[in-house]
Amino acid sequence: MSAARRCGPPRALTGLFVWHLPKPAVRQMPCKFMHCCGVANKRWITFQHLNFLKRMYVTQYNKDLSQQAKPKSDPVAPPFLEKKHLGQEKTVLREIRPVSPLHPPLSETPNRNEFKAVNSAAIVEDLATAVGAESKEEKQWKEMKLQLDDLPGILARLSKIKLTALVVSTASAGFAMAPVPFDLTCFLLTSIGTGLASCAANSVNQFFEVPFDSNMNRTKNRPLVRGQISPLLAVSFAASCAVPGIALLTLGVNPLTGALGAFNIFLYTCCYTPMKRMSIVNTWVGAVVGAIPPIMGWTAATGSLDAGALLLGGILYSWQFPHFNALSWGLREDYSRGGYCMMSVTHPVMCRRVALRHCLALIGLSTMAPILDVTTWNFPLISLPINLYISYLGFRFYRDADRSSSRKLFFCSLWHLPMLLLLMLTCKKSLIEKEDKSELLS
Amino acid sequence: MAAAAAALRAGLRAGRVCSGARRCFSGAGGGAGLLAAERGHEPESRASRFCPPAHSCNDWIGPPDRQSNLRPIVFHIPKNESSLGRRLREFRQETQVWNQQFWASQNVSFRKGKEEFVYSRLKAKGLEMKDETGQKVTLSAEEMADFYKDFLSKNFKKHMCYNREWYKRNFTITFLMGQVAFERAWRRLGWKKTKVGN
Repeated sequence: MSAARRCGPPRALTGLFVWHLPKPAVRQMPCKFMHCCGVANKRWITFQHLNFLKRMYVTQYNKDLSQQAKPKSDPVAPPFLEKKHLGQEKTVLREIRPVSPLHPPLSETPNRNEFKAVNSAAIVEDLATAVGAESKEEKQWKEMKLQLDDLPGILARLSKIKLTALVVSTASAGFAMAPVPFDLTCFLLTSIGTGLASCAANSVNQFFEVPFDSNMNRTKNRPLVRGQISPLLAVSFAASCAVPGIALLTLGVNPLTGALGAFNIFLYTCCYTPMKRMSIVNTWVGAVVGAIPPIMGWTAATGSLDAGALLLGGILYSWQFPHFNALSWGLREDYSRGGYCMMSVTHPVMCRRVALRHCLALIGLSTMAPILDVTTWNFPLISLPINLYISYLGFRFYRDADRSSSRKLFFCSLWHLPMLLLLMLTCKKSLIEKEDKSELLS
Repeated sequence: MAAAAAALRAGLRAGRVCSGARRCFSGAGGGAGLLAAERGHEPESRASRFCPPAHSCNDWIGPPDRQSNLRPIVFHIPKNESSLGRRLREFRQETQVWNQQFWASQNVSFRKGKEEFVYSRLKAKGLEMKDETGQKVTLSAEEMADFYKDFLSKNFKKHMCYNREWYKRNFTITFLMGQVAFERAWRRLGWKKTKVGN
């Protein structure tokens, strides 16, 4: 389950699949919406630079999101040998010079000895280099022993904790938008239950995708890929999150929310994940997966599936497309090599058209909000600038179909969603207004 | 095919050779491996060159393979390994080799196909592979899009078969792991009971 889509493996559950959301951007999102885009850009590059030191296989071109994998070239022996060879010769020569004036007739033998010395030195150097490379490689072998100290970090990465946090925040937004008095206990139970369900779904996703994740730069440092945790433990962790999570939602909140949570886990792990490699329809399935958390939040508060819940779900659903399609534009090489069926690879025109279509749909959905009594009429007005802006970028992406327009659209989508949800919250139709209205009518 | 068979044999050997063996450096072997790669032969799998320390009773995982990007595992053979445990280990070893073969060939064919595509496109444009500075000329992502689409559709069936097989193997391995863990726990309980009894 995810709010925003990240780079790397194809989308996760609809909504909050933030593949590439940098940590600072996540923290700043609630506060600095206007600057988030620029900050995210800069932090993105810095984050990448930091990771460059860790990664062996990423060739990071300037301002390039695609992260083309380049295998580390073997240390080519001959040029390296030559360098050492010359180095040895130079040092030996320096030693010989002061000796030769004293023993002119023996000048030939020192040269021959020197040559032998250089040769054997070169051979020793060669072996030393090879042994050095071998020992370096040996150091990279790690014992597959579970370190309890590292376990929290490993499990956090396994459950894609940042993504889970975004899923929980969209569910919270759904809860907050529901036209009922705010119940803190219910809110906390919903958040925890949704969080656990999301952890479970993400863990199962990683469990399924180990060899594919190994081959994509973005995901090759995942715990299962690196062998930090066994598949059995990953599955056990997923089960130990799913069962309490769904139980909490069903028993602590209401059965409808629990059912939605269970359905979402199933949709993500058993439909979306395998479908990523079978058909481009996975994108639409993933969009539904991301739309469900806010619906869950709403049903947790009200106990019923209202039009308002579906509207919120619709907004998250539509948002997925400009976000993911723009992101996937720069990952076409990795998708092609890994065998992922994505629109950006197989149907590029449709990819851009769908992104634009859903940008425009966001304007329509924002207008529906006051009609369905979810917000006041202020909402479509004040959200119009950001909706028009993302539509404009969507149009540019559709027309230009290049890296810069796709990146602009992607980064815009990162701040657009939290901004939209925040505006929605501020324009929420107050309960007092509604009560007055119903009094007037009766 | 011969190289694949050699890799398979080497992979299977790795599980047995390194059980309880002393730490071994293979400097010359390493060099030979590199030379073999240069000459276009598939070098011996890394797993066969690495030996875990004798006192270790865990599996060891290595750096990503150059061709397949998968990390090889050297499996530990416990002294009192049950038949179930042996079945699991051998199945994991076999899956590792199978995975390695698939992804190595996949990545190699992708790289080759990409180079051929770039070459043919540049030739059609009338350009050379390398520009004045000696740098390799690359095509833009938009130009490469045709190749990516083509490669994906060509390998679709292969991927479908691989996916089915991978899911089956993954489930089997995890299920066997569960059975082995349960068996170990059961045995430990049994020993505790006899200790208490004595």
